[in-house]
Amino acid sequence: MNRPLKIVTANKLALTNFATAFVLLLVGGFLGLIQGLNRAGVLEIVGGINYYEVLTLHGIFLILAFTTLFMNGYLWSATDYVLGGLTRGIRMMGWVAYGLFMFGALLVTIMVLAGEATVLYTFYAPMAANPWFYIGLVFVVLNIWLSGLGVFISAFRWKRRNKGKHLPLFAFFAVGVYILITFATLFVAAEVFYIIPWTFGWIDTINVMLTRTLFWAFGHTLVNVWYLVAVSAWYMVTPKVIGGKLFSDSLARAVVILIVVLNVPGGFHHQIVDPGFSEGLKFMHLFMSLAIAVPSLLTAFALFAMLERTGRRRGGKGLLGWFWTLPWHDVRFLTIMLAMISFIFGGAGGIAQTNNQLNQVVHNTLWVVGHFHVTVGVAVVLTFFGLVYWLIPHLSGRVLTKKIHNLGIWQTMLWTVGMLFMTLSMSYVGLIGSPRRTEYTTYGGNATALEWDPYLLFVGAGGILLFAGVVLMVYIVYHLMFLSPKGYTPFMVVEEEEEDAHKTPKWTENWGLWVIVAVLIISMGYLVPLVDLIGNAPPGSPPIRTF
Amino acid sequence: MKMNRMEEIWMIIAIGIIIIAMGITGYQAFALGMAPPSHQEHIDPQTVEEHPEFSEPGVYETGENQYEVIMTLQAFQFEPGEITVPEGAEVTFRMATKDVVHGVNVPHTNLNTMVVPGYIQEITQTFHEAGEYIMVCNEYCGVGHQTMSATITVEE
Repeated sequence: MNRPLKIVTANKLALTNFATAFVLLLVGGFLGLIQGLNRAGVLEIVGGINYYEVLTLHGIFLILAFTTLFMNGYLWSATDYVLGGLTRGIRMMGWVAYGLFMFGALLVTIMVLAGEATVLYTFYAPMAANPWFYIGLVFVVLNIWLSGLGVFISAFRWKRRNKGKHLPLFAFFAVGVYILITFATLFVAAEVFYIIPWTFGWIDTINVMLTRTLFWAFGHTLVNVWYLVAVSAWYMVTPKVIGGKLFSDSLARAVVILIVVLNVPGGFHHQIVDPGFSEGLKFMHLFMSLAIAVPSLLTAFALFAMLERTGRRRGGKGLLGWFWTLPWHDVRFLTIMLAMISFIFGGAGGIAQTNNQLNQVVHNTLWVVGHFHVTVGVAVVLTFFGLVYWLIPHLSGRVLTKKIHNLGIWQTMLWTVGMLFMTLSMSYVGLIGSPRRTEYTTYGGNATALEWDPYLLFVGAGGILLFAGVVLMVYIVYHLMFLSPKGYTPFMVVEEEEEDAHKTPKWTENWGLWVIVAVLIISMGYLVPLVDLIGNAPPGSPPIRTF
Repeated sequence: MKMNRMEEIWMIIAIGIIIIAMGITGYQAFALGMAPPSHQEHIDPQTVEEHPEFSEPGVYETGENQYEVIMTLQAFQFEPGEITVPEGAEVTFRMATKDVVHGVNVPHTNLNTMVVPGYIQEITQTFHEAGEYIMVCNEYCGVGHQTMSATITVEE
């Protein structure tokens, strides 16, 4: 199976994306440490930068920038590899996309550092930043669209060359991811193109709730995109690493389709305690949010079935013996396995908190921050870390040494323990009312606020461990790019299990149909509220700066 | 698409749990009146102070142990900032913001809502236990967000 010369053709592009991503992780992680220590009450932020500027950059660097660049590096490599190379033109597109991203990111960063855009990742109107902040975001979105286009064109050309064949599953995942992120970013693009003329003063007032609703159609879908990127590795890479095979090709394709078509309306659950929407509408959206859980539940079964089969093949006996025969000592497995386990908790918490009344208990408390540090911070990020150990040496023409491998085990431990500290304490302190996105405060020694302090110490402790983990990870990435011994590291991609290899249905391939279905479902969720918000709009707001 | 038998059972259980969750949430929302705050009244955010109701924020008694709190929010204060009601009082908060989006949370209760420019938000809470409660802004509203709070004293 191994064709020792087969490599990713656009390896320099991918390495550039990864290198930039990990520099941003280092900076964003450091900002996270500062916040964690501040929330713990042990660090006052001084020196011309305030807590909310730190938080704005931490959010944008980690949930938008690091993840986007990682996605581009990883899924472009996968598409490249399974489709047998990218053309020169497509590779050029990748470089242009990277340039657009860097330009946009630079604008955004300068604006935040200049104190012109302390509006957090959500930039809720009518709080208004300098218009160039939003223009910077447009360039980041252009990167995403161009990156998607490169994958779509490559997949389309492959299909034309290989009539009647199914698009390789890894490329199928990539197409699904970029379709979903394109849907998501269409909403934020609409929002930003509405905000820009308003911040320049060309229009006087803005429909606040409209911008908020457009934002969440983007904001939540975005994190689900990162989740889908991680899921692609769970299906495509993990079985290869442990010597197993794919549970079912058609099931994997169905999961991708479901995640893509069901996802966007889920964003509405961020508005469960908002005014302006009826109780009935909010209840209908409970259905739409919970529907997103279905493909994840399918995934949970398929992955554990794959793990069990492989574990038994490796000699595991009895009911649970297979579990211990899995290669826990292999960092490429350990990372992803811990990521998958964390998603059981993250997903369950998500299902709970999307139920309207339960949402009201935790809305905008640190519970929510705990939730997305489990889902994105562990399930997604630890998966990303797990890919580094073979993907980067594959791209750089090097091999993973024993020493770096063992360092990786330590890194994984630091990350896991750090996240346990941080997410458990955030979840609990959120349940007793501590607000998110708030600098350390006791509200003048208020007794209720003082109850939060002991738990917040653990947030700070988690932050220290996590930053140590970030530093270690960046060193590992640097080593694998520039210092590790030269050699060939194979690309990890699974083969299908023979006994389940019944024919994958043709309908899975019809992306035109799935895009239409997605548009219909998005319309079901958003048409009524958006038409109502526009047709029955309250008086608007002028730009306001409170930072 | 063929499915594994075990997988079918798993999916039936899983989807069953989701449907039960929806059933409970729907029952609580519509039969028990516990739905999240969803008031749909408009207000011009630029003239909140001239609004007949919000020009005079304060605590108003509306019935037997029933109160209405007319509250305005702005960076970085609640008005009124100190509220006193008797134990067992059913308090309806009517809230409007004069500037940006704010959030309102009273820890130890389920009072938690967004206040968005252009809308009056309404939420009712019965304070069964006497004591000092704090109301905090839980949506980032600017550089002094961490100072934005009010107190609710529930007297025996």
